Amino acid sequence: MTQPASRSVGHYQYEERDRVFLQERINEFEGQVRRRLSGELGEEEFKPLRLMNGVYLQLHAYMLRVAIPYGVLDSRQLHKLADIAAKYDRNYGHFTTRQNIQFNWIALKDVPTILRELAEVDMHAIQTSGNCIRNVTSDEFAGAAKDELMDPRIHAEIVRQWSTLHPEFTFLPRKFKIAISGSPEDRVAARFHDIGLLARPGENGPLFRLFVGGGLGRTPVVGRELFDSVKEEDLIATLEAVLRVYNAFGRRDNLYKARIKILVQTIGLEAFRTAVEEELGRMDCAAYRLTPEHVAQIRARFALPDLKAPADAADVLEQHKKADPAFARWVASNTHPHQDEGHVCAVISLKTPGDIPGDVTVEQMHGLADLSERLSFGEVRVTHLQNLVFGHVRKDQLHELWQGLKALGLAAPNVGLISDIVSCPGLDYCNLANARSLPLAQKLGARFGDAALQAEIGTLSIHMSGCINACGHHHVGNIGLLGVDKRGAETYQILLGGDAGEQAAIGGILGPSFAEDEAVDAVARIVEFYLGQRQKGETFSAMLKRCGLKAFKEVAYETV
Amino acid sequence: MKLFDLSGRKTLDVASPVPFAEWKDSQQGTAISLPQDVEVEELHPYLGSLTLIVLEFPIFRDGRAFTQARSLREYEGYEGEIRASGHLLPDQAIHLRRCGFDSVALSEDANVKDWEEQLGRYQFYYQNTAVSPA
Repeated sequence: MTQPASRSVGHYQYEERDRVFLQERINEFEGQVRRRLSGELGEEEFKPLRLMNGVYLQLHAYMLRVAIPYGVLDSRQLHKLADIAAKYDRNYGHFTTRQNIQFNWIALKDVPTILRELAEVDMHAIQTSGNCIRNVTSDEFAGAAKDELMDPRIHAEIVRQWSTLHPEFTFLPRKFKIAISGSPEDRVAARFHDIGLLARPGENGPLFRLFVGGGLGRTPVVGRELFDSVKEEDLIATLEAVLRVYNAFGRRDNLYKARIKILVQTIGLEAFRTAVEEELGRMDCAAYRLTPEHVAQIRARFALPDLKAPADAADVLEQHKKADPAFARWVASNTHPHQDEGHVCAVISLKTPGDIPGDVTVEQMHGLADLSERLSFGEVRVTHLQNLVFGHVRKDQLHELWQGLKALGLAAPNVGLISDIVSCPGLDYCNLANARSLPLAQKLGARFGDAALQAEIGTLSIHMSGCINACGHHHVGNIGLLGVDKRGAETYQILLGGDAGEQAAIGGILGPSFAEDEAVDAVARIVEFYLGQRQKGETFSAMLKRCGLKAFKEVAYETV
Repeated sequence: MKLFDLSGRKTLDVASPVPFAEWKDSQQGTAISLPQDVEVEELHPYLGSLTLIVLEFPIFRDGRAFTQARSLREYEGYEGEIRASGHLLPDQAIHLRRCGFDSVALSEDANVKDWEEQLGRYQFYYQNTAVSPA
């Protein structure tokens, strides 16, 4: 089943005015770069302007972070990203935990040209950084997952448009991240965002449970429920009200206390809620009302996949699995149930043991784009765990997909398993980092690379950050690793017991930090201890609760 | 200082607006300046007698005055002039206008061309504001 390339099923289809808007935004940025290069703008003034357009200055070069709204790409966009990686970078791109892609070796003078190339496929780098409302993230199985209550992408797009160049909220105290999910199983870490929205259908239209003040970084906080049921028509007004309170009262004297979580903690949830309700009470609500007509207009610009599968699709899949145990193992870990009986969601691991988590080469990008055109309506999603998803794969064609992935070196059967490691770029790229993340992630991946061993260990997440800014979300890994500087040496703290989902929890620090190789051995002993002591079906977090952190600590420091 | 017009309203030529804290005691004159940490609600009883409110930007990254201006328009119904003063970039022209500012106090050597160019940059915006619909 082929789809016209211009009619991807997964994301909002641009109309003419959206394209004009992108050109105007690029013209604006081009002028800013020109003023910087001529010296009219100093670096201090240029920095927030370039950040709001996704341009960072890293250790060795500029980095460009391209927005992938709610994580959905179409095949022509992925081909374009590959072309950009080939032409302006070093033949690869890096998918991030916020469903974006980063190019790490960009020349500033090339950025406007790159932005024009991106705009050819309706892409941009707007608000992927800076103290503004960032690119909105969503569930990687949106519109496909069997357990979904409501497709969150329509409202994710509405939030994207509302937040784009918002005149009042572009110079906030600090960055502001919004995630939205429509599933009872929180796959977006809603409680770890400045605002997390869980959408569900109500009797009179959609309702949104709104969490506020969650986040990781230096001060990890689990978000609190501000409202249980925000009505659809009040969604934008409510977001406005929260941002108004934050913009007026968020701290600006200390970079590390400027996120909304600190404001909510300081004044308390009740006082914060009262302040938001006061704003809503004074607001000209008609001006901010999200009308059913507007929602319908946005919805109409999303195409739906034509989900036709042969009646025997599921049987064919069973036959393929029986005939090929390696394929069966991949299916067991790398697929997710689809709403349609004849289809499945396939997760493509970007965590081939020993490789850098989230990196893809130009060849792989082109190959994946081709595969998606053939087998998943030309649509590719990015997950917040740095993997990719084909949302709608026919069960009888899953084996064909797997073979295609094998040829691209992307068939690691480890999604959700211990070598599916989330990692920030660390000191190899980032000037904030205390330690390198990638070599440790690679070593851990290799240590647990054996497929049978991983399957035996079962679901277990490792998250790795190179500093306390926590871009690798180490607080919410079942096993978290944090790079710390110990008298000039790169060392690693271990945290245990984090969880990003419905059972949201922040990991506890085990004890003094380890050198790199010691950290790998300590994690290995922790996992061995878990394997030896767990009761039937007991998860890592459950066993940690039963046995206590101290028992794990003794094991981890046994031979150090 | 030179004044740059954002909204098309005729800007008022006031040499020195009085800081609000001082003005409150004497209530002499109709032009005040307001620091970013004062809530505009405090102006409520006096708005009828004010024709110019200058909102301060100690540094361009500090965006509290955007919320102050929008509140003055949307919540307080203030119809007099709102002026931005302090450290500002031409890149903020549209944000200022769309939040309800009428004018910017620029230094004598500021490049007005950049400000003008910025005002005409976009044909439409994605969001309504109470001050300026999309």
